Amino acid sequence: MSVTIPASDHSPLVRSRVVSDHAVPTGREEEWRFTPLARLQGLHTATLSLDGGIDVATRVEGGFHAEHVGGDDARVGKTFVPTDIVAAQAIAASDGVTVLSLPKESTGTAHVVITGRALPAAHHIVIEFGPFSDGTVLLEHRGSAVFAGTVELRVGDGAKAKVASYQAWDRNAVHVGTHAAQLGRDATLQMGHVTLGGDVVRMNPTVSYAAPGGDAELLGLYFAEAGQHLEHRMFVDHDTPHCRSSVLYKGALQGDGAHTVWIGDVLVRANAIGTDTYEVNRNLVLSDGARADSVPNLELETGEIVGAGHASATGRFDDEQLFYLQARGIPEDVARLLVVRGFFADVLSRLGLADLTREVMKQVDERLGVDGGEGEQDDQVAS
Amino acid sequence: MSTLEIRNLHATVEAEGDPRAILRGVDLTVRGGETHAVMGPNGSGKSTLAYVIAGHPKYTVTEGSISLDGQDVLEMSVDERARAGLFLAMQYPVEVPGVSVSNFLRTSATAMRGEAPKLRLWVKEMKEAMAALQIDPGFAERSVNEGFSGGEKKRHEILQLELLKPKIAVLDETDSGLDVDALKVVAEGVNRFRADGTTGTLLITHYTRILRYIHPDFVHVFVDGRIVESGGPELANKLEEEGYEKFAKSGVDA
Repeated sequence: MSVTIPASDHSPLVRSRVVSDHAVPTGREEEWRFTPLARLQGLHTATLSLDGGIDVATRVEGGFHAEHVGGDDARVGKTFVPTDIVAAQAIAASDGVTVLSLPKESTGTAHVVITGRALPAAHHIVIEFGPFSDGTVLLEHRGSAVFAGTVELRVGDGAKAKVASYQAWDRNAVHVGTHAAQLGRDATLQMGHVTLGGDVVRMNPTVSYAAPGGDAELLGLYFAEAGQHLEHRMFVDHDTPHCRSSVLYKGALQGDGAHTVWIGDVLVRANAIGTDTYEVNRNLVLSDGARADSVPNLELETGEIVGAGHASATGRFDDEQLFYLQARGIPEDVARLLVVRGFFADVLSRLGLADLTREVMKQVDERLGVDGGEGEQDDQVAS
Repeated sequence: MSTLEIRNLHATVEAEGDPRAILRGVDLTVRGGETHAVMGPNGSGKSTLAYVIAGHPKYTVTEGSISLDGQDVLEMSVDERARAGLFLAMQYPVEVPGVSVSNFLRTSATAMRGEAPKLRLWVKEMKEAMAALQIDPGFAERSVNEGFSGGEKKRHEILQLELLKPKIAVLDETDSGLDVDALKVVAEGVNRFRADGTTGTLLITHYTRILRYIHPDFVHVFVDGRIVESGGPELANKLEEEGYEKFAKSGVDA
C-alpha cells in the first residue's frame, strides 16, 4: 500500500513499508540535499544485504518487558510508516524487531545497546509506554556499522516517557535513523539525541499527537570533529489541538570538514488550535574549516495558538568569556573546556541521565585535549 | 611586598579600522600596602588602563612598560598575569552560561594555587567568604554572572578577590550601580583584602562616594589618557567640590 500526502514543504511524500515504493535519493531532494550520499556506502540504494550485522543487548528493570518478534507482529508499523527508503529497509529487516513495553501505571527502565560488527545492518525497535506509566529508555549505538535504524515509539495517555538515543559509534560508522513518536492524551515525552561518533550520522526524530494535551521535549547534542557529518532533522507535526513541543539542540564543531546539519521542521496544522511550540538550535564553532547548517522551519496554518517561535544561532568562542576566565588565572585550554562544557550543560541537565552526562563530558574533555579533573567537578558542571 | 610599575604606557584600540590612541603616557607605581584611587571623567581612558593591565586582547600597547616585581607583565598571557598576582574586578563581569559559580571558583583557585584545594576545606572557605559578603549560599550553583543583579555581580567579583588573594588588585568602577548598603558590603570586602598591609589596590572610579569607605593613600586625576595630577586624599575632596572641568581643560592643553 502506498499513499501520498503533502509534507510540510508541500512536496509529495511517499509513505510505505515496501522498500521498492521509495525512490533512491539523488541528493537533489530537499530532505537529502545536505547528506553526503556518496559516503552512505550504499545504504540509500537498497542494494546492501542488511542481515544480522549487529548485536542487540537489552536490559530491562522494573515493569519493562522486552520481546523479540517478527515483522508481522501487530505492533510493528502500527503508528510508523516509513517515508524514506532507508527507514523502509529498517522496518523490513529480517532479523526481527525488538519490542519494549511498559504496562499501564507501571514504572521501569530499559537499556538497549546496539553494537555493530563492521557490516551493513538494520533494526527496528518498538517502544510502548502504557497509559499513566513512567519510564526511561536509553538506546546506545556502538562499534561500527552501516546501519539503518528505526524506532517506533508510542506514549500512552497520561504516560511520562524519556527516550534517549546515544550515537557513540566508531569513527567510520554510517547511521541513518528515523525515530517516530506518537503521544496520547496528556502524554509527556522527552526525546534526546546525543551524537558524537560515526562518519555520517543522519537522525530524523519525528513527533505526532494522537490526542490533545501531549507535551514533547526534543533535546539534542552533537559534537562533530574533522570530517564528520552529523545531521539531525526533526519534524514535529502538530495535527491535534492543545499540544506542546519544545526543541533544544546544541552542537559543537571542530576540525577541517566537520559538518553539522540541523533542520527543525514544525508544522502547526489548521486544526491544531492552542498549540505551544518553540525550537532552538545553537552551534559553537571551535575552529576554522567547520561548517554548521541550521534551518528552522516553522509553518503555521492557524493563528489560534498559544505561542510559536524559533531561534537559531551559530557562533565562535566568545572572546569576552575566555578573557574573564583567563583573568582568574585559568589557562586558555581549560577556559575553552569550561565554556564548551557549560554550553552543553543545559541539554544534559534537562535530560538528567547521569551516566550519559559523565560520558559526554569525558568525550568533550578528550576532544579539547584537557583533563577535566575530578568527578566532583563533573557533577557541578552539569548542575 | 609587591610593586606594580607602569611607565609611559601608550595603548590603542582598533576603531573603524584605524588604531585610536586611548592611553597617552601613563606613569604610576602601586606598592604593596598602598591604595591608589584613579579618578577621571567618562571617556578619559581609566577603564582602558585597567583592561590593559589585565591584558585584554582588544587593546594594543604601542609604547611603555608594565612590570610586577620586575617581571615584564606585557610579555605574559592574561592567565599568566593573574597567576603572577594581578587581579581585575570588572565593571561589567561576563556571563558564562552553564558554568556554576562553585565550579568556576574552584577551577580558578586550582589554577592560582597550583593544586586543587581540598574539597572539604574549600567548601568551608567558600561558604565563609560568601557569608561575609552576604551572598546567598544558593548562589554557588548558579551559572557565572548569568541573571545576576548589578549588586550580585559586584559582590561576586569581590568574592573572587578575597578567595584568590592577589598581590595587586585593580577595581574597575566597582562602586558603579550599587546602592549604599551594597556599596558598604563591597567596601568591607575590599578592606578585608587590604587589611594585612601587603597587598596593593588600584581603585578606578568616577565618583568620590566609594572613597568614604575605602580610604586611599594617593589620588590621581586621569584625563585624556594619562594622569594629570596626583596628591593625597585631599585631592578627592577638591574633585568632589570642583568637578573635573578644570583638569579636563588642562588635559586638552597638555
